[in-house]
Amino acid sequence: MLDVTDSPDSPAGTASALRSPLLRRPAQPTLIRAVVIVVLLVFVLFGLPQLLSLYYVDAMTQVAVYAMVALGLGVLVGRVGLMSLGQVAVLAVGAWSAARLLFGTGQPYPLVLLEAGLVTMILGTVLLLPALRLRGLYLALITLMLAGAVTVVLATLNFPNGGGGFSGYDGNQTHIPPIRRPSIATSDPAYFRYSVLVAVVMFALVAIHIRTRPGRAWAAIRQSEPSALAAGINTTAYKLWAVALASFVTGVAGGTYAGAVHYLYPYDFPAYTSITILAVVLMGGAYNLWGAVVAGLLMQLLPALLQNWGVSNDWLTILFGIGVVQVLTTAPRGLADQFPKDMAKLGHLLMGLVRRPVPAAVPETTGGETP
Amino acid sequence: MIEVSGLTVKFGGVTSLDNMSVTFEAGTCGLIGPNGAGKTTFFNVLSGFVRPSAGSVRAFGDDLLSIVHFRRARWGVRRTFQTEQAIEELSVYDNVALVHEHAGQPRASRRTDVLDAISFVGLDVDPAGLVGTLGAGQRRLVEVARAVVGRPRLVLLDEPAAGLPDAETESLAEVIRQIPARTGALTILVDHDMSLVSGCCETTAVLDFGELIASGPTAQVLRDERVVRAYLGTAEVA
Repeated sequence: MLDVTDSPDSPAGTASALRSPLLRRPAQPTLIRAVVIVVLLVFVLFGLPQLLSLYYVDAMTQVAVYAMVALGLGVLVGRVGLMSLGQVAVLAVGAWSAARLLFGTGQPYPLVLLEAGLVTMILGTVLLLPALRLRGLYLALITLMLAGAVTVVLATLNFPNGGGGFSGYDGNQTHIPPIRRPSIATSDPAYFRYSVLVAVVMFALVAIHIRTRPGRAWAAIRQSEPSALAAGINTTAYKLWAVALASFVTGVAGGTYAGAVHYLYPYDFPAYTSITILAVVLMGGAYNLWGAVVAGLLMQLLPALLQNWGVSNDWLTILFGIGVVQVLTTAPRGLADQFPKDMAKLGHLLMGLVRRPVPAAVPETTGGETP
Repeated sequence: MIEVSGLTVKFGGVTSLDNMSVTFEAGTCGLIGPNGAGKTTFFNVLSGFVRPSAGSVRAFGDDLLSIVHFRRARWGVRRTFQTEQAIEELSVYDNVALVHEHAGQPRASRRTDVLDAISFVGLDVDPAGLVGTLGAGQRRLVEVARAVVGRPRLVLLDEPAAGLPDAETESLAEVIRQIPARTGALTILVDHDMSLVSGCCETTAVLDFGELIASGPTAQVLRDERVVRAYLGTAEVA
């Protein structure tokens, strides 16, 4: 969280004395956290594809995509306090742009992802520009309407299927070519690894934002807009910045999605999915980057599991409904925040049981003596 | 020097400030009056949250009202709020540093300036600790640190002692007294605690129903008959 870059050129005498309390900050937990992340990442990249069937590898690719979507929405909801119900439309715009570029040009995949992200960023920001004066329920409603509008436009425009012109759609095509994947990641497990790496880059991008100037500005805006203005923060510009970042990340997710599924259809992006996305983000925890991972798992792995077990996906709607109510009442900061705390509590409880096996006997005897 | 002339603020049919003209010279100036007298409205005009229907404010020769609200921190306006607004999820350091970085202060001096401000207000905590873990009194001090960091020219303190126990008010008063000498800023203090106001402010202005009813040296103002009748109630003054 600290600005470490500006320390070297501060005046020597007082500065070193002043700096010392900051240097005493514990470095241990950060190190442990970094090691845990690296180990986890290595396992996900190399262990998971070996352990899982192709069915679940595909599901995990979707988890990576939706973790990015949740990450973007987490920036809006968790950092700045902007409720958006239009994220699925943003995802669709990203997927559309990537598909158009992949069919129309021979550019390398990472470049296409970057461009799709930028196109989505511009469109998302422009679309939300007038809505930024609104907050809460009204903003949510407007974004839901925008998502609906985008769905309608996509239904007429269609997704590119190798045709010419702006839309890249040819309705008379008999053989529809699949959307290509990067040449280094054509198989499903390889594309899964590719998606995870893309997601890691996006998470790093957001993490950097949160730990530096924009992150502090967002925190101030979420606390109180007048107070942020009084601190010299251009609240409109920083809100736009958050929207731009969220749209960029979601656009890249859309590009990743395009390669994952090979064929895109307008009905892949129904407006109501946005509500599910918001629900899983709230359940996972909008204030925590891990919450986005949890949200991705809830959104894509859970349905895959249920389908494999032969349980109807309609149960999911009920499950998410109960889940949101449950999480908002008992753990308002989400599962990613609550789970470690619960584990720590459980750990303390178990440790207590192991260390002091007879604590119950003590109050009984003292209780008997006092009267 | 802040010269306010003919300042009028109307919310619908309510006149919150009525043709207020007053000059705040230098040092720490008090602004007192009963609830609803327009003190916070006056601060909100200076912060740019409220647009007056008439009047002007010249601050050190600049037309303050022509500056866009978020640029006023850069100019040098700093303030605290009646309800404390320190950001819980950020560290003490980041809370203060964000004002420094958004008020256009040089990056090179950020660390020293921020730590300086934290120690100036007498906040004896780990700067890397989260504000969410601090008590109410310490959060007030974080807010004051935010108001004095960098180069403030006009510091507005809106009831900084509200809800604080006497001992903490005492040490806060000590900090407030030192602000002008340390930063060179003009400080305007709004509070209901008369001992705090008379202990900190050389001059004091009194508002009642949006009207300025007195201004001048604090001791003299607190003896003024109109002030006693409108605000203090009895002649008993600390």
